[in-house]
Amino acid sequence: MAQPSKTPVVFAPWEDETQKPIIQFKNVTKRFGNFTAIDNLSLDIFEREFFALLGPSGCGKTTIMRMLAGFETATEGTILLGGKDISPVPPNKRPVNMMFQSYALFPHLSVWDNIAFGLRRSSMPKDEIGARVDEMLRLTRMEKFAKRKPHQISGGQRQRVALARSLAKAPKLLLLDEPLGALDKKLRHDTQFELMDIQEKTGTTFVIVTHDQEEAMTVASRVAVMDHGKLIQVATPAAIYETPNSVYVADFIGEVNLIEGNAKKAGGDKYEVSWAEGQAALRGSCPREIADGTRVTYAIRPEKVAISADKPKDAANAIQGTVHDIAYLGNISTYHVMLPTGQVIKAQESNTRRLANRHFTWEDKVWLSFTDTAGVILTE
Amino acid sequence: MNYRRLFLIGIPYVWLLALFLVPFIIVLKISLSDIALSIPPYTPTLDLAEGWAGIKDFFSKLDFDNFLFLKSDPLYWKAYVSSLQIAILSTTMTLLVGYPIAYGMARAPEEWRATLMMLVILPFWTSFLIRVYSWMGILGKEGFFNSALIWLGFIDEPLTILNTNTAVYIGIVYTYLPFMILPIYAALEKLDISLLEAAEDLGCTRTSAFWLVTLPLSRPGIVAGCFLVFIPVIGEFVIPSLLGGSNTLMIGKVLFEEFSSNRDWPVASAVAVLLLLIVVVPIVLFQRSQERQAEAQK
Ligand SMILES: Nc1ncnc2c1ncn2[C@@H]1O[C@H](COP(=O)(O)OP(=O)(O)OP(=O)(O)O)[C@@H](O)[C@H]1O
Ligand SMILES: [Mg+2]
Repeated sequence: MAQPSKTPVVFAPWEDETQKPIIQFKNVTKRFGNFTAIDNLSLDIFEREFFALLGPSGCGKTTIMRMLAGFETATEGTILLGGKDISPVPPNKRPVNMMFQSYALFPHLSVWDNIAFGLRRSSMPKDEIGARVDEMLRLTRMEKFAKRKPHQISGGQRQRVALARSLAKAPKLLLLDEPLGALDKKLRHDTQFELMDIQEKTGTTFVIVTHDQEEAMTVASRVAVMDHGKLIQVATPAAIYETPNSVYVADFIGEVNLIEGNAKKAGGDKYEVSWAEGQAALRGSCPREIADGTRVTYAIRPEKVAISADKPKDAANAIQGTVHDIAYLGNISTYHVMLPTGQVIKAQESNTRRLANRHFTWEDKVWLSFTDTAGVILTE
Repeated sequence: MNYRRLFLIGIPYVWLLALFLVPFIIVLKISLSDIALSIPPYTPTLDLAEGWAGIKDFFSKLDFDNFLFLKSDPLYWKAYVSSLQIAILSTTMTLLVGYPIAYGMARAPEEWRATLMMLVILPFWTSFLIRVYSWMGILGKEGFFNSALIWLGFIDEPLTILNTNTAVYIGIVYTYLPFMILPIYAALEKLDISLLEAAEDLGCTRTSAFWLVTLPLSRPGIVAGCFLVFIPVIGEFVIPSLLGGSNTLMIGKVLFEEFSSNRDWPVASAVAVLLLLIVVVPIVLFQRSQERQAEAQK
């Protein structure tokens, strides 16, 4: 792709002091009765972002969306949209469209009329509405089902109609509550790219809820990991994956080996974590200062753990164990290696050879090794 | 087919046969008979003692004279038309009163709904006749309504409401309101609030969301309610007799007078048979719409 400037511009408005966020949550708390769904949450989302909300069921993702769309008001704090407090603005006056987690398709209207519903409420001329609806149908591959009622199509098709309906008005801010959960992998990937494409073309800001971390990784400019109404970490997908700020985030995103131990300074940002008697301490890094003797968790992703028959000479960390289990996943295999301490560490290898030529098998003695920058030391 | 199933299917059929078909055949038979000064007041009667000849004789004496008579006297078809008019108008009025009530109930806090439902059904616990009689007490010249208006100074002379069609409409709307409210309430209560949110999200005001989403989705309830009111109101006789005046023409009232004052059972039966035929049309339509509804919800 041709770029106007020679060095590709990195999209990171959150690092730019001069950028004004389009959405600002300022110490927002939302209570239902005496249950706190959102707990003193502050968050900035910038224009053209593809912002993903990730978190376990019931952590408050939908509640955040509903506050943005105007169906819930914050109990405390303010929400600004384009610098203005949106609390007095009714939902139909907000430049926001939402795709509901339950789809909320109108059962008495056909697929076509469902998608046209929002456009008909605007001042768009009739023939343009038709063209726009057809475009949305093509985008979501629902052309063949335009005349059907929602109860005459499948769950995944309903989800696509809901997506098409929210996209149709091309709003400034789009809220998608699990937009692709019911789609098969291929269609999901295609739709993800369509969404990214739309975003590129129209400059719409997306806030998307997803349970699929791979999806968050693919589409998001930033990811917010939530728990119990609080933001645990907000960062780019790579930062969330490579440098999680807590055990919770590390464990929530992707697979991870967690080893508890006591930290000891080893110069610079390097630390040694002694984790079991008779085992060499694990070397790793942490950007924050940790006092000697602090209880920490050493987190290392399975794909960063190498597996070999002989002890590697120059590895910063090497542990011996026996192969306990092998999970064959087609492109990769995960080896579950039991350490003398009884702990099981996962190591991932890509399957460059056929199954029959595999190096290791059950009960083999193997060495696990990783560099001192591969793992992170977490204090929370 | 096993006996258990046969038994289960059989019960409703026996029920229908005993309580609907047999009485209908009796009424149909009387409508084809002639008036007579005897007990029962019509002829012929079937005398099985005379055997085959008796049966032949019996059938030869049946004819359509009563129906021809109904055609010749304008009173009857005027009564039919007037009944239809009153039924249509009062069904509309019941809908206009019932819909907001049902809407209010469906939007009330959940813990109140059972109570509100009770309040709607409560009048059924007292006799229908007593309730209609109390309307006579309310609407009469010296009734509560007139006294209240005079006391408040709105009028000097009492209004004539009782024994007019107005009183009939009031009575019908009052009596049949629960039949309108309950199906509409059932439809509105099922309505998913997130649909209204979606409508608002897509640019509807509260009002337009009502017209575009709530109303169309409560249509099955409206249709059911209208039929449940319309069908019995066509044949209604207690309300027009007690609250209506001499010029209130309803087929149920005519039927009753034919039957008790004139003791003309055959003509009364002919009226009843025709009434049934007229009511069958909306009943069939109602069935159809219910079936279509069930189909759509599958
Ligand atoms: N109207 C309400 N009244 C009471 N509690 C509510 C209400 N709406 C949401 N909650 C509670 O607030 C919490 C957050 O709900 P929310 O719908 O935002 O979760 P979520 O993160 O979207 O979950 P999921 O991933 O399952 O969709 C939940 O514990 C839920 O029970
Ligand atoms: Mg949710």
